Amino acid sequence: MSEAIMKPPLAERQTLLGWLRKNLFNSWSNAILTVAAAWLTFVTLRGLITWVFTEADWAVIQTNLRLILLGQYPIAQVWRIWVSMLLLSFLIGNSLSIWGKGKTSTRFTIGLVALLVALAFVVSGPSRTWLLAMGALLAAGWWLARGAGKAMRSVVGIGWVIWPLIFILLLRGFGDGGPLPQVGTNLWGGLMLTFMLTIVGIVFSFPIGVLLALGRQSDLRIVRWFCITFIEVVRGVPLITILFMAQLMLPLFLPSGVTIDRVLRAMVGITLFSAAYLAENVRGGLQAIPKGQYEAAYALGLSTTLSMGLIILPQALRLIIPILVGQFIALFKDTALVAIVGLFDLVGIARTVLAQPAFLGTHREVYAFISLLYWVFSYAMSYVSIRLEDSLGVGKR
Amino acid sequence: MTADKKPIIIAKDVHKWFGDFHALRGVSMEVNQGEVIVIFGPSGSGKSTFIRTINHLEEHQQGDIVVDGIELSHDVRNIEKIREETGMVFQQFNLFPHLTVLQNVSLAPIWVKKWDKPRAEAKAMELLKRVGIPEQANKYPGQLSGGQQQRVAIARALAMEPKIMLFDEPTSALDPEMIKEVLDAMIELAKTGMTMLVVTHEMGFARAVADRMFFFDKGEIVESGTPEQIFKSPKEDRTKLFLSQILHH
Ligand SMILES: Nc1ncnc2c1ncn2[C@@H]1O[C@H](COP(=O)(O)OP(=O)(O)OP(=O)(O)O)[C@@H](O)[C@H]1O
Ligand SMILES: [Mg+2]
Repeated sequence: MSEAIMKPPLAERQTLLGWLRKNLFNSWSNAILTVAAAWLTFVTLRGLITWVFTEADWAVIQTNLRLILLGQYPIAQVWRIWVSMLLLSFLIGNSLSIWGKGKTSTRFTIGLVALLVALAFVVSGPSRTWLLAMGALLAAGWWLARGAGKAMRSVVGIGWVIWPLIFILLLRGFGDGGPLPQVGTNLWGGLMLTFMLTIVGIVFSFPIGVLLALGRQSDLRIVRWFCITFIEVVRGVPLITILFMAQLMLPLFLPSGVTIDRVLRAMVGITLFSAAYLAENVRGGLQAIPKGQYEAAYALGLSTTLSMGLIILPQALRLIIPILVGQFIALFKDTALVAIVGLFDLVGIARTVLAQPAFLGTHREVYAFISLLYWVFSYAMSYVSIRLEDSLGVGKR
Repeated sequence: MTADKKPIIIAKDVHKWFGDFHALRGVSMEVNQGEVIVIFGPSGSGKSTFIRTINHLEEHQQGDIVVDGIELSHDVRNIEKIREETGMVFQQFNLFPHLTVLQNVSLAPIWVKKWDKPRAEAKAMELLKRVGIPEQANKYPGQLSGGQQQRVAIARALAMEPKIMLFDEPTSALDPEMIKEVLDAMIELAKTGMTMLVVTHEMGFARAVADRMFFFDKGEIVESGTPEQIFKSPKEDRTKLFLSQILHH
């Protein structure tokens, strides 16, 4: 058949001019909009670029970079953070080659490695070696996982589940002496603390949220009422009040003498808050599963628990991946509120940096920099989510 | 009739209400091992409700149901035991869309019968061969035609090695050209001596393999008999009317 070699009409083939005409100047009103938008973009960018390169004084960031990223974490123990980052790089390399999409993923991987290498030459001292090692491990992880089979995929999947735990345990350490002395959470700060709050929030609120969603549908009235009450109360209150309550009220429920540290209290607050919202999202997913799926599972002799675990939940969770990731991104950004209850997360640290006499009046630089950090990681999460949806075939089956 | 005379299903005076609506009004039926039963009747007459009470997808509120010597009561263990011995095929297939065909079929043996994976998968492949679609094993249900999906559903039910198979209008959701492939699989199954309860309006199927037929109307069994009796000399006017409607369409 001749159809196979027929090319699209000339106008459809993309030349720059053709593309411009088709997409930006296809009518008078669109042409005006295009020009107006281009002008606005130009003005904004010109202002921004001028500021970034000529007016801003980035010394405040350079001097305080360590503080902004790691808080007061003792220098002698910083290697633990780097080791966690090495593991993370390896996992990311693995995942990019397993779940990434062909050329884009290759380019993305090369881009990441290049970024790490570039960063390595911006900084100096041992950080340079660590960053180079991260780049190397990322590339190695990517190379090793090419053409990986099912087994490798599950190993990497499990890696993602245990990495957060390793991260937390490694950073916290045990006891006074030994190779891993405990580093009190009062020394945790900056981007690292923001990450920690986010990771703990996600890791713990996920199972709790799923259980709450299931409990809300339970036949046992007490369980159902408990779950509904919890969900509705938490959802009816702003996060900041929950954080204050966790700081002020949690100690009241504990026997005297037992104290839990402030970071842990914030983690509890964030986790419970996130769990309540997660429960509602999971419930939405559960409701989207047709009754026939339950019936088919029961008819095969599967118990209620097995039907839920094998048939209903996997489908329900898959449906709500985009919503879940959106919620996790929101959680990441919401952790900024802990600064108000006195923790030194990114925002908290920014405020201490701004209080340094040497850097008074550098608000723009500091807030621009931490905004950039927030944005980079939020964007990375949403990119991962899209890839995850693609590879799980959300919306296709 | 090849069936030996031993009732494997006994339903006695079964009643079921949905709220105030009396959906089953005293249904009694005994089914012998190896029998093929066809249930037919107008929409809303309670056919689905009745066969779903047998594996307790619907709960009956009055009367007794005994399946293979197990009394159907509120006891969850009894319910699960009965469900292990009865397979069910639905009008809408109800395959698990997130699992491959092979996983659909091997899932219950692995988790309920605790078979190891190779054994369950070997069994699944054997059944897929039997229903004529071994080559689809690694596809997802959404990639199959309706007829193929329904044959997977039959294989999935058979994987639990049930003693009884329940079919609720297995061909009503299918395009005409796919009905035959599913009916053929069911006829083949009937010939192996499986006890089958089939809700269907496929009278060709009934003629070919049914031992007895039951006509349901308004929650009651109006008439029953061999296909010969039902088709040649139905006694009740309602049966005659209904048959004339479905046979001349
Ligand atoms: N879950 C339910 N709640 C309320 N009424 C129901 C429910 N399920 C069935 N019914 C009613 O019970 C009656 C019998 O329904 P059933 O599904 O058994 O009919 P059927 O003979 O299978 O009909 P069809 O040929 O349309 O499948 C119908 O009037 C139906 O509306
Ligand atoms: Mg029906």
